[in-house]
Amino acid sequence: MVNKQTMHTEEDIWRILENVCDPEVPVLTIQDLGIIRKIKMQDSHSIEITITPTYSGCPAMNTISTQIRMELAAHGFTHITILEELSPAWTTDWMTEKGKEKLSAFGITPPQYTTKNNPREWDAIIPCPRCYSTKTELISQFGSTACKALYKCLDCLEPFDYFKCH
Amino acid sequence: MNSNLLNYVLQLADNGLIYGHRLSEWCGHGPILEVDMALSNIALDSIGAARSFYQYAASIEGNGKTEDSYPYLREVTDFKNALILELPNGGFADTIARSFFFDAFQFHFYTALCHSTDKQIAGIAEKSLKEVTYHLRFSSEWVIRLGDGTEESKQKIQAAIENIWTYPGELFEPSVEEKALMLEGIAPDITLLKSSWNDTVARTLEEATLQFPMSKADAWHHSGGKKGIHTEYLGFILAEMQHLQRVYPGCEW
Repeated sequence: MVNKQTMHTEEDIWRILENVCDPEVPVLTIQDLGIIRKIKMQDSHSIEITITPTYSGCPAMNTISTQIRMELAAHGFTHITILEELSPAWTTDWMTEKGKEKLSAFGITPPQYTTKNNPREWDAIIPCPRCYSTKTELISQFGSTACKALYKCLDCLEPFDYFKCH
Repeated sequence: MNSNLLNYVLQLADNGLIYGHRLSEWCGHGPILEVDMALSNIALDSIGAARSFYQYAASIEGNGKTEDSYPYLREVTDFKNALILELPNGGFADTIARSFFFDAFQFHFYTALCHSTDKQIAGIAEKSLKEVTYHLRFSSEWVIRLGDGTEESKQKIQAAIENIWTYPGELFEPSVEEKALMLEGIAPDITLLKSSWNDTVARTLEEATLQFPMSKADAWHHSGGKKGIHTEYLGFILAEMQHLQRVYPGCEW
């Protein structure tokens, strides 16, 4: 067998990073979340990935960086640099449609608006991910993680998480 | 090395750390589960922003410094946080009063800081502003809920506000280093934020049916935090926070 290190294309890297999921919301890949901003390959061993943190104190970011390193190391990269880019600040507008569908199926209501047209909370219509009723109420702006708010469905009475439009 | 910049970045970091630390003390002690989670979430945002500032400080100073050098290995007099943030939590109303005053400041401050000519500072501000907007909404809603609630809740939040009103004034007082950075457009002129802060505070207190003589806030206030002159309370926070690193230097897990 010829042990040949093939040069990956940028497209390959995007595909490789599809394997990295958010540890808190495991149905979402980091690409669904829009965390990866840039990929720069120097050669077949060196790569630079620019990511943007979701929330400032989100503990998932450390785990995500480690997972990116492990995934790239498994594909022959030995010099992996992960850079953090703060501006423009991460927004749920970057979340993919596929990601939103996966969230919904997982039982978390995905962002219903874009940051541009996000109404005040009392005007927002946040459907229940279980019975799809739109008769729901906000319990708390702060849910089980920084990115989620806690709602309650007034029809099926189940509490649920809403991935905040941020 | 730009020592004014380092001093300023540490000031911003220390505010975030000490505020976040105090709020984190509510974890497991909140009056209801939702409030417990909210305060812990806000603590996390605040410490997260502090971390970004500490990382930046370490890159300015070099010399083997890391983001951990500042919170764990400095003395009380090296900390530059505002005094209002190190005061003990008191009861829930006291914590809410402090949060409300500080969140209102942070909201206007970060809005201005987004225009800093220092790209790293502006980036952290842009990110944090989105989070601070939630914090201010949370603390404002609680001020209104307590003020316009029962007789007892109203009395408690009214007392809390009166107890703490001599502290926020310090937030609008630039340090010498800060004044130098204002000329370069790195630091916003915080003296100009006072009137927007007054408006935000007055509007919410009115909605909460609370009395707060705004003029009193200009009369006299505590200060010294930016120069490292602290209340006795900061030492106790650091004793707890730094214990592990002091006893087992360089300890990691």
